[in-house]
Amino acid sequence: MPKDHGIGASSKRREDVRFLTGRGRYTDDINLYGQAYVHFLRSDVAHGTLNGIDTSEAEGMPGVIRIFTGKDFEGVGGLPCGWQVTDKHGNPMQEPGHPILAQGKVRHVGDPIAAVVAETAAQARSAAEAIAVDIHELPAVIDMRKALEPGAPKVHDDLDSNLCYDWGFVEENKGAVDEAFSKAAHVTTLELVNNRLAPNAMEPRVAVGDYAAGTDDSTLYTTSQNPHVIRLLMGAFVLGIPEHKLRVVAPDVGGGFGSKIFHYAEEAFCTFAAKQLKRPVKWTCSRSEAFISDAHGRDHVTKIELALDADNNFMAIRTDTCANMGAYLSTFAPSVPTWLHGTLMAGNYKTPLIYVNVKAVFTNTVPVDAYRGAGRPEATFQLERLIDKAARELGVDPVELRRQNFITEFPYATPVAVEYDTGDYHATMDKLLIMIDRDGFDARAAKSKEAGKLRGLGINCYIEACGIAPSALVGQLGARAGLYESATVRVNATGGIVVMTGSHSHGQGHETSFAQVVADMIGIPEAQIEIVHGDTANTPMGMGTYGSRSIAVGGSAMVRATEKIISKAKKIAAHLMEASDSDIELKDGQFTVAGTDKSVAWGDVTLAAYVPHNYPLTELEPGLEETAFYDPNNFTYPAGAYACEVEVDPETGKVKICSFAAADDFGNVINPMIVSGQVHGGLAQGIGQALLENVSYDADGQLLSASYMDYAMPRADDLPFYQVDHSCVTPCTHNPLGVKGCGEAGAIGSPPAVVNAVIDALHRGGMTHVGHIDMPLTSARVWTAMQG
Amino acid sequence: MYNFEFAKPTTIADAVEALGHEEAQALGGGQTLLPTMKQRLAAPATLVSLNAIPEMIGVCLNDAGEVCIGGATTHAMVVREAAAHYPALAALASHIGDPAVRNRGTIGGSLANNDPSACYPAAALASGATIKTNTRDIAADDYFQGMFETALNDGEIITEVRFPVPQTANYQKFVQPASRFALVGVFVAQFADGVRVAVTGASSDGVFRWTEAEAALSGDFSKSAVDGLSVPSGSMISDLHGSGDYRAHLVKVMTGRAVAAAG
Ligand SMILES: Cc1cc2nc3c(=O)[nH]c(=O)nc-3n(C[C@H](O)[C@H](O)[C@H](O)COP(=O)(O)OP(=O)(O)OC[C@H]3O[C@@H](n4cnc5c(N)ncnc54)[C@H](O)[C@@H]3O)c2cc1C
Repeated sequence: MPKDHGIGASSKRREDVRFLTGRGRYTDDINLYGQAYVHFLRSDVAHGTLNGIDTSEAEGMPGVIRIFTGKDFEGVGGLPCGWQVTDKHGNPMQEPGHPILAQGKVRHVGDPIAAVVAETAAQARSAAEAIAVDIHELPAVIDMRKALEPGAPKVHDDLDSNLCYDWGFVEENKGAVDEAFSKAAHVTTLELVNNRLAPNAMEPRVAVGDYAAGTDDSTLYTTSQNPHVIRLLMGAFVLGIPEHKLRVVAPDVGGGFGSKIFHYAEEAFCTFAAKQLKRPVKWTCSRSEAFISDAHGRDHVTKIELALDADNNFMAIRTDTCANMGAYLSTFAPSVPTWLHGTLMAGNYKTPLIYVNVKAVFTNTVPVDAYRGAGRPEATFQLERLIDKAARELGVDPVELRRQNFITEFPYATPVAVEYDTGDYHATMDKLLIMIDRDGFDARAAKSKEAGKLRGLGINCYIEACGIAPSALVGQLGARAGLYESATVRVNATGGIVVMTGSHSHGQGHETSFAQVVADMIGIPEAQIEIVHGDTANTPMGMGTYGSRSIAVGGSAMVRATEKIISKAKKIAAHLMEASDSDIELKDGQFTVAGTDKSVAWGDVTLAAYVPHNYPLTELEPGLEETAFYDPNNFTYPAGAYACEVEVDPETGKVKICSFAAADDFGNVINPMIVSGQVHGGLAQGIGQALLENVSYDADGQLLSASYMDYAMPRADDLPFYQVDHSCVTPCTHNPLGVKGCGEAGAIGSPPAVVNAVIDALHRGGMTHVGHIDMPLTSARVWTAMQG
Repeated sequence: MYNFEFAKPTTIADAVEALGHEEAQALGGGQTLLPTMKQRLAAPATLVSLNAIPEMIGVCLNDAGEVCIGGATTHAMVVREAAAHYPALAALASHIGDPAVRNRGTIGGSLANNDPSACYPAAALASGATIKTNTRDIAADDYFQGMFETALNDGEIITEVRFPVPQTANYQKFVQPASRFALVGVFVAQFADGVRVAVTGASSDGVFRWTEAEAALSGDFSKSAVDGLSVPSGSMISDLHGSGDYRAHLVKVMTGRAVAAAG
């Protein structure tokens, strides 16, 4: 029977009460007394020298308080990059400055040039229109390969070239990999693009800066996935505000998908300007502005090769990727195509030799950084498309080719530096094949054919490294931060509990699922537990939510803190019952002395902790509050098998998704309903990437897909009813809950299934010349590919 | 958005007068105009709403058997009230935008705007409709004059659109995946005296009649009649959603489908 509360129960999301009834409190709902508004004047050219900014007319416009330009930020730090990648020669990456407002040059459409603070948002915007900017336009570099050509215009004049780094992984393996290729019985090669995406969280970014002159305290309200990280980066590197004088609040946040991890110029601006002007300063991003100021995702161009022996065993993989950084290094940008991508190139397969080369490139485009999956979708897409192509070339069943090469023994150390603790890839594949009725495919295909449609089936596996991340390891890899998580469990006198977590929920449902864990551990109702997050003033230093890390890392910290609570509570209970604490058992919120009928309730113990009349004061402090920090000793490795069935209209190239099935192994599952929801959302984004979404620039760096008129977001009727399953469980071996994380899987695993299915459909329709089609597989692209 | 004055007349005469003022502009459903104003790309001094003029709202049949639709009639009302008289037209209206757009947007606004990807222009042109304004009647063949260009003069408003009802008709819309306007839309209408085929979404000259198809279909109203034809791709729109060649191809496919569906 399914559980009705605690771990494993599909408890209803308590946060939805406020989200679904319009009672959420988002950053834009925060309005402070005396608040002014800022409007950013942004570059409308991709590349140019900033000769002059004339603000004289604008300054006289109604309501204008002050106009800031790059000059006002000389002496203020630029936006820092949180990860330093070392190139294949052992040199640090090229790291350009990233000013809050453009200094000397503009480098992408959307680069902020000036900031007008006025009494109203409309006045600020009107004044911004009156600013005269003298820009000498320069040739822009948009295409990565062209950006790397000798003599290409440089995005940053003070760097040697547009190459951020040339990364080889594992460089020492390169010789052996090349040798394996020279001996291979078969080599499959694929060139592909991983299309650039705009993250499009439902809530655009907002920042409100506030300054208390009486105490010299600064506060920033912002749409962030990690308020402590913003406090650290902005306080220490940009504005020079010590952390005890800076509070960052990320209240209800309407989706992030990675784009709200990073520290952005607008946040620093509002905090800075509030102090300068002694007034709160607010910025609300418009959707149009989001397209040119939120960090984009993906944008890789890759050549990948697979060497197989005569028995179809994978011998070696070699990849060559160009990864777009955009015009500046966003906070974690350098890590995405390297440590979050190269380390996943083994996939679910025991390929002994792998070499990954990544050239990160500066272009005159919006910065690119982590977006749901971050690096892992890129790795999965290449590998799973490649294996499909290999199976086709070899004339073998793509599922069998995968199965033959599955890793089956754990722990498994890949040749790309990670160690999978556990998994069972046959189990998820078995499950998937049952879910999709593979045997019935031919009959379904025949039916489609009668209707004039080509049906195709695409299957793939995926693996991801989540639960980010062991601090010592990432430190060696160039991270300039630790990646532990924290929790404080505060038990009140009457037994209610407040958990203050360093994780941040922006749609994931932590307020529900985290409460389930603590309720389960103590044996009290979930309603007695409140989860608090998002405010540096009342939560312990935490690293926030991304990389499917919250339950695996944040949840583990909470478990550790709760264990400390239980341990202390048992001591108090032992005192109350005049027993030894080693004899105390806690079940269903009752402490009993083992083997007796003596018991005290949870509430008796919590009351005694705060009203310590009868209390072991000589041995224990009163109160019941514990904090734990948890640093994982490995990543977690969720994995699974996905399948997509499509119908292609041969006359128009239009792709319809008929069904999509996902069999995931997330380890133990806290709330199956929430997990299914996470998978659904990820699948929508993955299918969106595969069929619809594309950030498109013209050769001059103008953004062509600058609104929803041209940037196609998936809608409900673009998507099928999903079949999702997470009943295959190999618990994580190194965290207390045995959990792996589920936030990104859907987005990571789904694009190759869709593309594999379309290619399958075309081949079944006789169009065997179509080796690959780059995403998104719009009807126009599919039709064009079909023409040969 | 900049500040503006707002007028809500209740008669056509008052509306015309209000539109005589400097920088006054008609407001239909605002589904095109308001987003443009929000982006500060349009800044009328006065908006003259046409939504409170009873004589401009509604669907009826006139003595000639034409479906007459008031210029300020919403798409949603056309869906409901034209269905019995002209099902293909009601079906077209039912696929414009989303419910919010259909409940606000108007036929007059759509035809006045003449977006090259809009749906109504194809229906009006294929039906040989008459665009009635406060001053004159304009035949659809004379009305559409290129992308966003029409025969309307400044301050002239569409008060009614009269659609002759064909024996059979169908509109096939192949959507642009982001905007869901027509990447290519083809309206085929078969009248006793011949077939008219109007194409939207495809051409950089805006909605046009595909006369070769009309000739072929007037002789043989079947899908195969257009098989041998081809649409020149020269003047076709080529953009991030599809090449001119693709659009030209779709024109033919959608025409065939419209014929098949019209039966
Ligand atoms: C999300 C979305 C999706 C859409 N999808 C589609 C689609 O799939 N197919 C499609 O065809 N359209 C689509 N549209 C456009 C929609 O049909 C609009 O209703 C239409 O383009 C404009 O009509 P309106 O009444 O809103 O005009 P408004 O926006 O009010 O006005 C548009 C222009 O016409 C003028 N005008 C308005 N009424 C009159 C009149 N009676 N006489 C003279 N001039 C007038 C105005 O001054 C203005 O210049 C979509 C719009 C949106 C917002």
